[in-house]
Amino acid sequence: MSDPPPAPLLTLRGIGKSFLGVRVLDGVDLDVAPGEVHAVVGENGAGKSTLMKVVSGGYAPDGGTIELAGQPRVFRGPRDAQRAGVGIIHQEFNLLPERTVAENVYLGHEPVRRGLVDRREMLDRTTRLLASIGETALPADARVGRLGVAQQQVVEIAKALALDARLLIMDEPTAALADHEVELLYGLVRRLQQRGIGLLYVSHRLTEVFDLSTRITVLKDGRRVTTVDTAATTADELVRHMVGRELSSYYPERAAPDDIGPVRLTVRDAGNRKLRGVDLQLRAGEVLGIGGLQGSGRSALARALFGVAPFTTGDVTLDGRPVRLRSPRAAMRAGIAYVTEDRKSEGIVPRQSVLDNALLASRAVFAARSGRAARTARVRELLAAVEVRGAGDDQEIRFLSGGNQQKVVLARWLALDPRILLFDEPTRGIDVGAKSAIHDLVRRLARDGAAVLMISSDLPELLGMSDRIVVMRDGRIAGELPAGASEEDVVALAVGTVREAAL
Amino acid sequence: MSALSLLPARRPVPGVFVALGLTLAIGWLVVLVDGGHLFNQSTTVSLLHVAAGLGLVAVGQTLVILGGSLDLSVAYVISLSTLVAAETMNGSDGGLLPAIGLALAVSAGVGLLNGLLVTKLRVNAFIATLGVGLLLKGYLDSGYDGPAGTTSPTLVQTLGYQRVGPVPVSFLLLVAVTGAAWFALSRTRFGHHLVAVGGDPEVARLSGVRNDRVLVTAHVLCSLCAGLAGIYLASRLGSGAPRVGTEGLYDLESIAAVVIGGTALAGGRGGVVGTVGGVLLLASIDAIFNQLEVDAFFKQVIRGAIIIAAVAVYARRAMRKAA
Amino acid sequence: MQTVQPRFLPLRVPRLRPGGVLPILAILAVLLVLVGIRQPDFLAPSSLMSFLGRSAPIILLAAGQYFVIVSGEFDLSVGSLVTAQVVVAARLIDGDPARTWPVVLLLLAFGAVVGLINGLITTRLRVPSFITTLGMFLILVGAVYLWSDGAPKGGLSEEFRRFGRRAVEDVPVLGRVPYALLVLLVLAVLAVLLMRSDFGRTLVAVGDNPRTAALSGVRVWRARTIAFVLSGLAAAVAAILLGGYSGVSFQAGAGLEFGAITAVVLGGVALGGGRGSVVGAMLGALTLELLFALMNFYGVSGALRSTVQGAIILLAVAVSATRSSSR
Repeated sequence: MSDPPPAPLLTLRGIGKSFLGVRVLDGVDLDVAPGEVHAVVGENGAGKSTLMKVVSGGYAPDGGTIELAGQPRVFRGPRDAQRAGVGIIHQEFNLLPERTVAENVYLGHEPVRRGLVDRREMLDRTTRLLASIGETALPADARVGRLGVAQQQVVEIAKALALDARLLIMDEPTAALADHEVELLYGLVRRLQQRGIGLLYVSHRLTEVFDLSTRITVLKDGRRVTTVDTAATTADELVRHMVGRELSSYYPERAAPDDIGPVRLTVRDAGNRKLRGVDLQLRAGEVLGIGGLQGSGRSALARALFGVAPFTTGDVTLDGRPVRLRSPRAAMRAGIAYVTEDRKSEGIVPRQSVLDNALLASRAVFAARSGRAARTARVRELLAAVEVRGAGDDQEIRFLSGGNQQKVVLARWLALDPRILLFDEPTRGIDVGAKSAIHDLVRRLARDGAAVLMISSDLPELLGMSDRIVVMRDGRIAGELPAGASEEDVVALAVGTVREAAL
Repeated sequence: MSALSLLPARRPVPGVFVALGLTLAIGWLVVLVDGGHLFNQSTTVSLLHVAAGLGLVAVGQTLVILGGSLDLSVAYVISLSTLVAAETMNGSDGGLLPAIGLALAVSAGVGLLNGLLVTKLRVNAFIATLGVGLLLKGYLDSGYDGPAGTTSPTLVQTLGYQRVGPVPVSFLLLVAVTGAAWFALSRTRFGHHLVAVGGDPEVARLSGVRNDRVLVTAHVLCSLCAGLAGIYLASRLGSGAPRVGTEGLYDLESIAAVVIGGTALAGGRGGVVGTVGGVLLLASIDAIFNQLEVDAFFKQVIRGAIIIAAVAVYARRAMRKAA
Repeated sequence: MQTVQPRFLPLRVPRLRPGGVLPILAILAVLLVLVGIRQPDFLAPSSLMSFLGRSAPIILLAAGQYFVIVSGEFDLSVGSLVTAQVVVAARLIDGDPARTWPVVLLLLAFGAVVGLINGLITTRLRVPSFITTLGMFLILVGAVYLWSDGAPKGGLSEEFRRFGRRAVEDVPVLGRVPYALLVLLVLAVLAVLLMRSDFGRTLVAVGDNPRTAALSGVRVWRARTIAFVLSGLAAAVAAILLGGYSGVSFQAGAGLEFGAITAVVLGGVALGGGRGSVVGAMLGALTLELLFALMNFYGVSGALRSTVQGAIILLAVAVSATRSSSR
């Protein structure tokens, strides 16, 4: 650790934050000097986003202090933080595509002369502001919707600067940028540095963290692991800091080589708007783990296989026969089931009963196949088998815990006797007990011959459950790892410190 | 930088004016073949009168739709306003100003109610304004069987029938109101904030816009416009008319004019100039049908079809954009 | 467990939960008491029977509207559809009893087709349903006036009218049981059965969370379109009963769409979809009719009906808005 530069712009001491009793941030210290680029790295779920939301007024911390230029601050909301000089550039831009650059930059504090918006003044100021960060090519009267992603990012930055931001938080700023645009961002970051603005830079991409930052703070499980001078560390060292949790929890036994059956599903050179050149094989009896960062294309892969956003190029074969998975119905008919990541908005029908939720898919697609009574009886059996607790079948599902909701969703799919199951973050937001119950269920399904594809950001879960792990990055498959791989291996592939490991 | 350089950033001339030109050209030809003439004095005058009434309502409707809301109560506000105005005037010129003031105040009150229901109680705008509309309908149904009150003669002579060349004074009023609305949208903070609220309420809120206040204001302005339309109709009819708003289909037609004029039904994009184009388009179709002596009921069938088709076209376009 | 009581009120005690029918039953009971105090005769079996018969059309429309609303849409075309049906029936039958049944079938088909068009435009062309159905309103009203040159023509046969105005006479205890009531009971049972079927459960799921439904293989557009068709069919039956009861006029269906929506809301059905029962919607319609009857007994102008409806709609949505925000 180095001595912090004198008179830090931002000082965080002992920041803590819990959600529903789960500690997301725990005693985090951090400071940012004027003109410094301070990178924050860590795995999915390490607490980076929460920390940034605390600094930008989105969340109130449960404990700890925030000081700006030596003064203690309590932010009651994002606007409070803005007024204090903290700007945040989200991954999702907060811009109005139908309005001009100037209108966006000055939204909420338009320059006024004699009670009227002074458009010329607004344009001039925007032009000057853009020029001051080296953007002379971007017209202040262009409509934002017509700009490229990189230019929109510039508008976001200008919007923050128009509010006299002294501290700028950039959350995954390169996630949406093309390669040549990243260079532009680098230039912009350096000019902001020269203006004495402090930057908190959150990124998964270690390359740019090393290119840009002065110091790096590593978070893990809501705690600060270390803060290092960028010049004094290496990518390998960082990855080691990011991972290394204990594999304490119990995972069911993996499949023996004999248990793994023939190839069920083959994807060859497939792609769509979010995916490129995906090659994949999924075998009966195995749990194939899909690792990678958020936005790396993991969910897009599951959604392509389930026909929600189908592949537009490449081939998919199922048991050796080519199939076209053009809609969820087609996928369901082909024996595929999909447990979505966002349970609330895509998994449950909140105000319907447990039974109705569990019957949803069989009613929709296979209504004619079996008698009503038999189907209902079977679903009731399944609900009992997955051990939905604390609720009758007639209770509205929204009153159940996350784990029980997930079990109901699982029962919905099991009623279709699927041969291929796609799980997207199956245990997110679920308590420990229900978690291991779901792990057991997933393994049992594989053992009974189903082919399971499981996306997970929870590294111990990914490593503990998978018979094989495929890691994705930027819409492609970055590499494949055998069972028994380490967290470092996964993270290294996911953040791209190793180029395309051998397949 | 000159003010003119702003133009490229504004939307190009909305397609509605192209459609308007084509409609007028084709209509002119068809009417000519039919042995008539579309652009004679009386047709033009009546076209502009129709446009004035609908236009006033539609400009107000544009404001709420831009803000992501909607007003289905305008038709009843119009009827109410004709009655309040005509009954207060009671045939005398002396009551002219108080009557106009009262009619506008009542309208503004309804707008305030709409706005508060939509913002404070977070009731869906469609439901809230429908409910308020029904409240007013009940009042009108129970209180009036037919025309009531008498409009002041001066108002009838001026706003109702006076013209400058072929252009009725009422149309000039529409031009003035449109100009004011355009000015408000482009040159006041309220306008900028309204479009922002309609475009993305969350972005607006995070940028320090007071969303509720902006939307309530828009609803009040919308009802004021409807009230103004009512005063104009009272000046045409010479009395208050309890069903003129609903029978004139001002609710649906104003929404249609707004959508045809290129304003997104979801809010955040569009403007009043396009709306006036939409109004002129609807009024032109009306005038052409009148010239061809098309059955009034057939006209209504066509209107319904045009409205659905217009919204469908814009819904498709929005879908393609999103894809 | 699929036995449905062939009675209007289910025997099972309704559970007290949002969207349940207990609140509406309570309101109905209070209104009945108020009516009983003011006009004890009203509660005599025969007058009660004829009241139920008179209320049958709006109850059916409420059931039709329920299907559409619970799936997350609106149908504002039903009033004009009823008018169109009545006028069409009069002109086609033209007093000829032999044409009664063919015309009845034609009306049902007509209602289904109008619903189909509403549904397809809303779901496939993505036109908001209030615009689709208001546009349909214009088209139907215009078309029916156009077709009849501004005044209703022809006349209904006595055969046709009996559905709406005749009754089974001399029933023990009850006295006269109107045909309309029998039609209502049969259709109400069918509606309840439908809502318990796969389709019914799926329809509610579509209104509750269309994304989950689509990801579970539900064809959301198809379910919603069928709901519109059911609403059109309900309007057709309502038109047959109404035409029989009150005869042919261009005002036959005026304002019924608002009545139906109010009834549905009153019955505890959430606007926006996903909650409430068809029984609740139908009880809501009955309650609304009883309220109007009560207003009548107290000499309140019938013209105030709209105000009452508007107030009910606003009150209901305001209550549910405050309830959901306080959670």
